[in-house]
Amino acid sequence: MDQLLNNFSLDLFVKQTILFLLLIFLMVKFAWKPIMNALNEREEGIQGALDAAENAKKEMANLQADNQKLLTEARAEREAMLKDARDIKNKMIEDAKGEAQAEADKMVAQAQAAIEAERKSAIADLKSQVASLSVEIAEKVVKSELSDKQKQLSLVEDMLGKATLN
Amino acid sequence: MKVASKSITLFTLLLVLCVPFYAFAKPVLSAVEVADSGKDGQKGDPVNTKEEIEEYIQHHLKDSHDFHLFSYFSDNGEEHHVGFPLPVMLWGENGFTAFMSSAFHHDDEGKVIVDKNGSKFVRNHGKIYELEAGATEVKFDEQHHATNASTPFDLSITKSVLGILIVGLLMLWWFSGLARQYKKKQIPTGFARVLEPLVVYVRDEIAKPNIGDQYRRFTGYLLTVFFFIWILNLMGLMPFGFNVTGQLAVTAALAIITLVVYIFSGNKHFWGHILWMPGVPVLIRPVLAIIELAGTLVIKPFSLLVRLFANISAGHIVVMSLIAIGISFQESMSIVGSTTLSIVLSFFITLIEVLVAFLQAYIFTMLSALFIGMAVADDHHDEVLHDEHGNVIEDTEAVRRDFT
Repeated sequence: MDQLLNNFSLDLFVKQTILFLLLIFLMVKFAWKPIMNALNEREEGIQGALDAAENAKKEMANLQADNQKLLTEARAEREAMLKDARDIKNKMIEDAKGEAQAEADKMVAQAQAAIEAERKSAIADLKSQVASLSVEIAEKVVKSELSDKQKQLSLVEDMLGKATLN
Repeated sequence: MKVASKSITLFTLLLVLCVPFYAFAKPVLSAVEVADSGKDGQKGDPVNTKEEIEEYIQHHLKDSHDFHLFSYFSDNGEEHHVGFPLPVMLWGENGFTAFMSSAFHHDDEGKVIVDKNGSKFVRNHGKIYELEAGATEVKFDEQHHATNASTPFDLSITKSVLGILIVGLLMLWWFSGLARQYKKKQIPTGFARVLEPLVVYVRDEIAKPNIGDQYRRFTGYLLTVFFFIWILNLMGLMPFGFNVTGQLAVTAALAIITLVVYIFSGNKHFWGHILWMPGVPVLIRPVLAIIELAGTLVIKPFSLLVRLFANISAGHIVVMSLIAIGISFQESMSIVGSTTLSIVLSFFITLIEVLVAFLQAYIFTMLSALFIGMAVADDHHDEVLHDEHGNVIEDTEAVRRDFT
């Protein structure tokens, strides 16, 4: 310990302190400050560039996602449109079919009605003709029958006979 | 990164390759001298006994006024020192005096008197004394205090100061170069490319995790401390033999600056926990305050300064002792054997020292950052942070609590 203290030189201590403080001052002024500033600037620059790249990547991803979304939306819309078209087509066909059926039914009904009317008028005609024919025939028959007295009597006889039976 | 790792490998290799030269110098010289020795302890005597080696190591660990590279003996047995003198600047009784250390003629025993500016200076064991009028030799009492001389304030550019200046200029040159490069380009080129990850490392691994949001305010200090210690540690491993971070005065100055930084940046919460610890019985609080104050003001900086000093000094002592094997084992192992052993051992220890050089710089900076972080931490003990997956984020406060 004694030797250590003997070795301690106050002069050197003072010189070292002064020189070292001077060195710190000079180094900070001429070296460390500009170096630290330059390093920080560079690191900030690098960080900035990295951040920008990261942002660009994110934006790219967003854009791609948007594209994908748009694509799926468009696809869905197309599907929907196709489906609508198909539905409309089917509906139109259905409608057309229904209308045609109704028209056809109506026409058939009209035809039937017409046929019925024709048939009725024909039957009525037939009836009147048959009536007149039978009147004529009856007239002729009566005429020929009633030309002979005998025959008239026998007829009355006959008629009476039948009437009794009734 | 490939460039950086390559140059780091190259640098380490160069450092390690210096060891053999370092190691060779002494054994080869003394091997020649050992033959006609027998005059140990006299002038012109090589360093070849246990005591001399110990003294040599002790001498190296101390600061010095000369820059001594190596010594050799000429044919007539005279010792020559190769190196260069450093300026000596003193503030003594007669004001400011300056001369070159060569005026002492390598004398370190107080024999050569330098008469300058009306004052007489002698150097004894690395310390310069100003003799009183009429005195021709410095005398000491039992406590090794000079009785007839005063100690002037020593402003000299000693070897350690030279080391500090060299590191300061190197750091200014390298890092202001790096700072200048950023004006023109985003990625630095050349040597600055090696420095940049180191700066980022200190900021991201030391300053940010330990201090938290306010790291910017202290990064300058932490970076300066880190590179200052690291480069000086590495310089200590190079053949010029600087031992700056192994000087108690230097590590003490560093530790005290850290102390000042965290004392003056300490917030209310920090001082509150030291002086009047919440959550404990009132009677215990004064006791805790004493313990906490001692811990904050003395123990923390003391541990910082002793750790760095002891590690680096120990490294120097171990490397030099292993090199000394080449001399002290010559008789039992032959010159080739002892030299080989010393080179191999000091090679591996130097490898470890390269790691220790970084490690101690890292630990000093880390602990400084930790202490500063404790001083500026906000009061949010009970908040538990979660990340986006719901896992608990270990905040620095919690890590610190676990650590201490």
